[in-house]
Amino acid sequence: MDVDTFCAQSHVIVVAGKGGVGKTTMSAALARMAAGAGRSVLIVELEGKSGITAAFGRHGDLGYEEVLLAPAAPGGGGSVRARRLTPDDALVEYLEDHGLKRVSKRLAHSGILDVVSTAIPGIRDVLVLGKVKQLERDGAADLILVDAPATGHAITFLTSASGLVSAARGGPLRAQAQDVVDLLSDPARCRVMLVTLPEELPVSETIESAYTLEDKAGVQLGPVIINACDPEPVGLERPAAEVAAAAGLTVVPEHLAALEEARSFRLARHAVSTEQIERLRRDLPLPHLLVPALDAPSIGPAETQVLAAALADAVTALVAEGAP
Amino acid sequence: MSTTESAGERAAPATMPDLVTERSVVVCCGSGGVGKTTVSATIALAAARAGRRSCVVTVDPARRLADALGVESLPNTPSEVQGDWPGHLFALMLDSKGTFDDLVQRYARTPEQAEAILANRLYQNLAGALSGTQEYMAMEKLYELVHSEEFDIVVVDTPPTRNALDLLDAPRRLTRFLENRLFRALLVPTRMSLRAVGVATQALLRTIAKVAGAEIVQDAVGFFQAFEGMEDGFRSRASAVHELLADPATAYVLVTSARPDAITEAGFFAEKLAERDVAVAALVVNRIAPFFGGATDETAERAPELGALEANLAALDALAQREEGAFSGLAAQVAPAPVGRIPLFGDDVHELLGLQRAADQLFS
Repeated sequence: MDVDTFCAQSHVIVVAGKGGVGKTTMSAALARMAAGAGRSVLIVELEGKSGITAAFGRHGDLGYEEVLLAPAAPGGGGSVRARRLTPDDALVEYLEDHGLKRVSKRLAHSGILDVVSTAIPGIRDVLVLGKVKQLERDGAADLILVDAPATGHAITFLTSASGLVSAARGGPLRAQAQDVVDLLSDPARCRVMLVTLPEELPVSETIESAYTLEDKAGVQLGPVIINACDPEPVGLERPAAEVAAAAGLTVVPEHLAALEEARSFRLARHAVSTEQIERLRRDLPLPHLLVPALDAPSIGPAETQVLAAALADAVTALVAEGAP
Repeated sequence: MSTTESAGERAAPATMPDLVTERSVVVCCGSGGVGKTTVSATIALAAARAGRRSCVVTVDPARRLADALGVESLPNTPSEVQGDWPGHLFALMLDSKGTFDDLVQRYARTPEQAEAILANRLYQNLAGALSGTQEYMAMEKLYELVHSEEFDIVVVDTPPTRNALDLLDAPRRLTRFLENRLFRALLVPTRMSLRAVGVATQALLRTIAKVAGAEIVQDAVGFFQAFEGMEDGFRSRASAVHELLADPATAYVLVTSARPDAITEAGFFAEKLAERDVAVAALVVNRIAPFFGGATDETAERAPELGALEANLAALDALAQREEGAFSGLAAQVAPAPVGRIPLFGDDVHELLGLQRAADQLFS
């Protein structure tokens, strides 16, 4: 599949996964990839973390106001913008939109919002996604990437709206929740991409959340991104001692031991990751995008570009696998 | 646990082993996915190995770790983990809702009052929906176990928290919720309190009822009504928990992985702790690339047959050194807190054996 077709599949992509798997980095790489294919991208960050800005070589946390992270490249590239959208932001905006601008600040201080959002669990999620829906409707960008909260929360985040629709009898809030359900369940408008690592716990959690998300939120799942895959070990088949002996070499024992430990460590890690990728393939019938582990101390624009290229290659390879 | 220790107690333990032999309250904190639960269990295990009676409170453990610790069958109650060590290791899995229910039952004036609260819809959502409640319940459990005097050391795992203040302020947040003046004023609709509520607020409540449903407001009023008279008990309990969290003898262990984003988040967390004058007692870097040591390029040149093996060793050593360098800034930020390292092992073991192996490395 070409990258352009991939990016045109839906207007909104929710990027979700367990904490620490590199969700934010993958959101940045997806944005970069889509921008490279000529699409304007808006990244919506829900926790105000600074990872996104750093990935584009900027500093500081995101705010409520949109910032331009990367201008459109000459020759048909798209721009990348980003903003923060917390439940509190969304709530205040909702109140303002409903003629309560005057009291919205006071409300936030009085603690009454805490009471309301406890009485209606999920209201915060619905308001955030409601705002995403509004951005989508307004055509804020060709592609809106939502950097979702960590998995346990991601399920709640994406299922709150359907819960509210069945609980609320009517009124504006139910309408808002219904709009969110409509967005989430329409594959032409929204898809969810799960990010994981080739390790046991993240893979288990990905399999579980994939089924829960499909069943409970009715979302269309895109390919699973497997981040930080180590390269295939080459030339490490035989033990160090055997190689040395065969070549008639005398190696200092400590060094030989270090070579052997490093060899078995690499092979063992590779076996773990192969096994976990295999398990994911077996237990979760979704296409995969494998992204290599980067040899870099931090994620800046250059690294984001490398990851975007790797994602683009993996997307292009989806056709070869006969995947949808 | 005494709260009269000198301010000198605030000083970080000199070494990682001091943490498990000298401290009695350990809070493991940090962002999600860094292995906080594993590290908490490892610290508790090390304390049992040092001959102490230790207990670990786990929050949402991965299934295999939960199995290994045997905590799943009986949430909220410490059960002993059998093993070959001189001390005793107990573990429990936090049940936030259950902990809250226990509190309600403890402070209710009558069984009927407890029943009314437990049946209220808003109350039933509280543990899951009010942010900070899970954090508070973890701390509440910690307080309860510390004061049971059944353990020499209690180690508590915390929910993934980005901002340290959410953790430290959790008790206060709940109290503030329960003392919501506005809803409390509604309970006694005298002329006085109506004035206190104010015209704008009344309009607002009507709007909330219109937007979200009248039953929401009813539930809320019902909840505060049912809670009447229990605030004092809750408030004093919350401030006792708060005191424990602020006690210099309480050791905060900051857990991170060696990934750059995790290190950034850990730095942010430490900054917030420092704002409250809370020192980091120890920094634990989990899943750090192991250092095998001593790649020599000359050997590779001399023996091309060993080329791939040498290149592999050199690459892994470079990775280990880079990771070590990546958190040196963080280590300086939390100095003089000792830094413990748990290397990434060749295989991923989540059973007791894995914890023992991690403890070997962390407290070596």
